Amino acid sequence: MNRINKKLQEDNKLLSIYFTAGYPKLNDTAKIIENLEKNGVDMIEIGLPFSDPLADGPTIQASSTKALKNGMTTEVLFDQLKDVRKTVSIPLIIMGYFNPMLQYGVEAFCKKCAEVGIDGLIIPDLPVDVYNEHYKSIFEKHGIINVFLITPQTSEERIRFIDSISKGFIYMVSSASVTGSSSGFGDVQTDYFKRIHQMELNNPQVIGFGISDHKSFSQATQYAKGAIIGSAFVKHLTTEGTDTIDRFINKIVKP
Amino acid sequence: MTYNINNKGYYGEFGGAYIPEMLYPNVEELRQNYLKVMAEPEFQEEFHALLKDYVGRPSPLYFAKRLSAKYNTKIYLKREDLNHTGAHKINNTIGQILMAKRLGKNRIIAETGAGQHGVATATVCALMGLECIVYMGEIDIARQAPNVARMKMLGATVVPALSGSRTLKDATNEAIRDWINNPVDTHYIIGSVVGPHPYPDMVARFQAIVSEEIQWQLQEKEGTSKPDYVVACVGGGSNAAGAFYHFLDDTDVKLIAVEAAGKGVHSGESAATSILGKEGIIHGSKTLLMQTPDGQITEPYSISAGLDYPGVGPMHAHLYKSGRAEFVAITDDDAMTAGLELCKMEGIIPAIESSHALAVFEHKKFKPEDIVVVSLSGRGDKDLETYIQHFGL
Repeated sequence: MNRINKKLQEDNKLLSIYFTAGYPKLNDTAKIIENLEKNGVDMIEIGLPFSDPLADGPTIQASSTKALKNGMTTEVLFDQLKDVRKTVSIPLIIMGYFNPMLQYGVEAFCKKCAEVGIDGLIIPDLPVDVYNEHYKSIFEKHGIINVFLITPQTSEERIRFIDSISKGFIYMVSSASVTGSSSGFGDVQTDYFKRIHQMELNNPQVIGFGISDHKSFSQATQYAKGAIIGSAFVKHLTTEGTDTIDRFINKIVKP
Repeated sequence: MTYNINNKGYYGEFGGAYIPEMLYPNVEELRQNYLKVMAEPEFQEEFHALLKDYVGRPSPLYFAKRLSAKYNTKIYLKREDLNHTGAHKINNTIGQILMAKRLGKNRIIAETGAGQHGVATATVCALMGLECIVYMGEIDIARQAPNVARMKMLGATVVPALSGSRTLKDATNEAIRDWINNPVDTHYIIGSVVGPHPYPDMVARFQAIVSEEIQWQLQEKEGTSKPDYVVACVGGGSNAAGAFYHFLDDTDVKLIAVEAAGKGVHSGESAATSILGKEGIIHGSKTLLMQTPDGQITEPYSISAGLDYPGVGPMHAHLYKSGRAEFVAITDDDAMTAGLELCKMEGIIPAIESSHALAVFEHKKFKPEDIVVVSLSGRGDKDLETYIQHFGL
């Protein structure tokens, strides 16, 4: 069974952390992953940096630009990950834009993911219908779970469709925004969380975008299986470096 | 065989809508409505009335006598430079502002490189009394001060794009991010035949007025609606899409797309996307784009700010790949020389973008009886500073 599915069966609420590979320093990737697991993080999204990240706000854009400047490439990332499964057992997901994967070759990319122990992919700009028509069989052949996004504007019919082709969890974008926008949730978001919760989908939901602290994490996980923190963690790496990851995680998990 | 778009939003293998789910409702709303709205008689009536009385259409199809004599062929110039705001860009912004109103949007966003599309968008927003926000790369803002001032005078807010390379591609990214953040009340007026489906097709249809006029104007002047060649410059490709549109499937009419070679196609400073580009995804469209082997989008270069886009519209990617259009790359120097030649021989100061198309006559030999229509997409007022520097005027 895929590590993502296994993790989703656990009883507790899940904390997933995103970081941009190659940031702050090129070779921080493995260290950050090990550190996050050691501090109780349940799942990790490794950002494959892209020159033009359309769905990301200034924080993740800046980290991507820096990571690329540091020399991060798809090949370098896979090389950094080649021994990661000797020490890390939580689910690992690569989050990235489609063009770098297309250039690497989608089949080659999935194969390499399987080899190094990546469990899933999140590709914001790969449309559901294109995935279904052209790439689904490749992903499935290599045992890679593709995670789809829904937003407050996604119609019920489309949510049902996305649920029907999802094999792990559904990534619930908390509000109409790019990453790293406003923090905290008001009535509009909680109504949306409730609405999705009441749909009783087949796949569990994990909420991302706009989660940065204990309060927003608790609010999100009240209605969903887990929550993803990205920009706030990248900001922490920017100001505090990689030595105090424990402090960041503790502040999220404990009040 | 058709060179136009298919019902899935692709030109051959190019096009589609590679967008994050956050944009899906906006783009889908547009996709479901654009053809329906454009087919409404009232829409067409309003669109054509504005093109006539506000833009000044039809733009003349001018027989360039002295230029024709020099190159020993029949050269016609399609005078988009005489449109209100000085280029073909306004054809599209008029169409899209009417579309936005039909869809109930009251906030308009746009990207701009040199500022021409930004000015054309600010203009129609002033005309309709709608809020207008234009994203422009920080570097472009610094080097295109007059157009920034024009946009402000027209009531638009100009927002600097501070990410990435701080030029057109990043301004486009910022406009897309704005649309993600404002999914309900906002319409994004893309300035070229780029972006996710239905944009390339919608923009091409609004620009198609250009080739529609060429057909009847040529009929009047030459007794045939078919030129032998249509020549147009290509950055994203909107003026070329407009000039080619009604001739796409008529292979008697040869199409020539002129790209900016910058300082030379292989100099490392070029915007010749068809030659240097590889298939990939940019701004939601599968097309040819300039990128690293790793799939990171690179920054193009051209002396002409309107041609330095790292991608090309999917229609043009298909015209290139299928061989339907001949692609020619013209350097900065050759374009500038051709621009100055038009000034001296015909009394017309062309935009540097259009000068690239004019340079085709030094590059390629035409027969004396050939009718060659060149899209003179814009006027050169905006480029005076560059002309002054280049020729030491």
